[in-house]
Amino acid sequence: MNIDWHLVGTSLWPIVRGGLLGTIPLTLASFVAGLLIALVVALMRISGRAPLSAVARVYISVIRGTPLLVQLFVIFYGLPSVGVTLSPWPSAIIAFSLNVGGYAAEVIRAAILSVPKGQWEAAHTIGMSRRQALRRIILPQAARVSVPPLSNTFISLVKDTSLASLILVAELFRKAQEVAAFSQEFMVLYLEAAAVYWVFCLFLSAGQNLVEERLDRYVAH
Amino acid sequence: MSPTDPPTGRPGDVFAAPLHDGAPLLRVDGLRKSFGDNQVLKSIDLSVDRGDVVALIGPSGSGKTTVLRCLNGLEVPDGGTVDVAGELHLDFASPLSRKQVAALRDRSAMVFQHYHLFPHMTVLQNVIEGPVQVQRRHREEVVTEAEALLARVGLADKRDSHPAELSGGQQQRVGIVRALALRPQLLLFDEPTSALDPELVGDVLTVIKELADEGWTMLIVTHELAFAREVADQVVFMDEGYVVERGDPSVVLREPREERTRQFVRRLLSPF
Repeated sequence: MNIDWHLVGTSLWPIVRGGLLGTIPLTLASFVAGLLIALVVALMRISGRAPLSAVARVYISVIRGTPLLVQLFVIFYGLPSVGVTLSPWPSAIIAFSLNVGGYAAEVIRAAILSVPKGQWEAAHTIGMSRRQALRRIILPQAARVSVPPLSNTFISLVKDTSLASLILVAELFRKAQEVAAFSQEFMVLYLEAAAVYWVFCLFLSAGQNLVEERLDRYVAH
Repeated sequence: MSPTDPPTGRPGDVFAAPLHDGAPLLRVDGLRKSFGDNQVLKSIDLSVDRGDVVALIGPSGSGKTTVLRCLNGLEVPDGGTVDVAGELHLDFASPLSRKQVAALRDRSAMVFQHYHLFPHMTVLQNVIEGPVQVQRRHREEVVTEAEALLARVGLADKRDSHPAELSGGQQQRVGIVRALALRPQLLLFDEPTSALDPELVGDVLTVIKELADEGWTMLIVTHELAFAREVADQVVFMDEGYVVERGDPSVVLREPREERTRQFVRRLLSPF
């Protein structure tokens, strides 16, 4: 196989640009919104109130039991038939954040439950309400526990955003597809896209390690 | 339900206990508590005078810890009454309101067997968290008081350490300071030395003894009979959810009237 190095060189910037302007903002926006959804859903799940907990459970079950691509298509191609038409970007952010919300909710719930019962009791003993105990004592400790699994969710999300290329979002993979369609050099361009994703994720993993080291310092073992 | 005012008579002494006049601070009548089919407290009567130290002893599973947890609102009793300082009267026959539970907690502070310090906070943050966040007292004032309390238990230099950096004995002393900083009327100790290495027990007991000498009212669940004999004004022996015997330590621990107490004390003093 002859590699067209000139093509690799000229297509690199459009692909990286698609990553910087498409993949990364899409990932960040979806992850932040997804975490907020996840926190609410996790708290509903452990609220001890049956209706809230049931709604949360159904939500998590639907999100985890259906393909992300199908969720994306329902929102972008399905909703217009019930009168809700969304552009590619909002559709993608909604789909990805709902998806992250479902997965991260279980991570956050497990992290909250992993904080020893004695911490709740100590918080109550110094007079805290349930809400205060959660905010001041339990969630900060749960946050530390959930950093490694949530980092994995984040790195998965970076790669999952490539699905947004199928609803016309101009992200990294879409850019590679455009150049590939024009030049017919599929192998070169898709490997190039893979390499760019890989480099992005290498940076993220390094960042994850740094955060974990910092957080690990004062956690009781 | 304001926290007890600092003591008169000994200005500036942050270690000083609330004044006492010999009237009962705590009265418990007919306290009952079940977990499922397991009736842990069948009927518990207690009376703790102001400034007194009461040691709760008894075999494991006798309900001692449950008594403390009920008094701090960590468990909700099924029945009975609790009266604190003649001003808070709770009847557990009907469900308590949140306000009543808060009022009960406001009057007592708990020291746990396993310390339960907050690992994500420094020693100082652990101590000031309740006074600042819950009691809404001024931060600077609370910090000054907390630093003095830490100095009194020999931990002034640990104020910025995290619990994981401390020994068990040091953590428990922080646990005691955290309780004192709430300015409670009643201190509850749940086997405060049971999780400690033997060589660290002395430090913690010394602090508790100092508190007793200062006049703090304390209810202590303990297996340290020698300590109870030296420090307690009253020893209460519990077994199977009842108070079997109570009285002066020299009587209950040396010449108990009840056979069950005799067996328990003998086993604990000479296990072999």
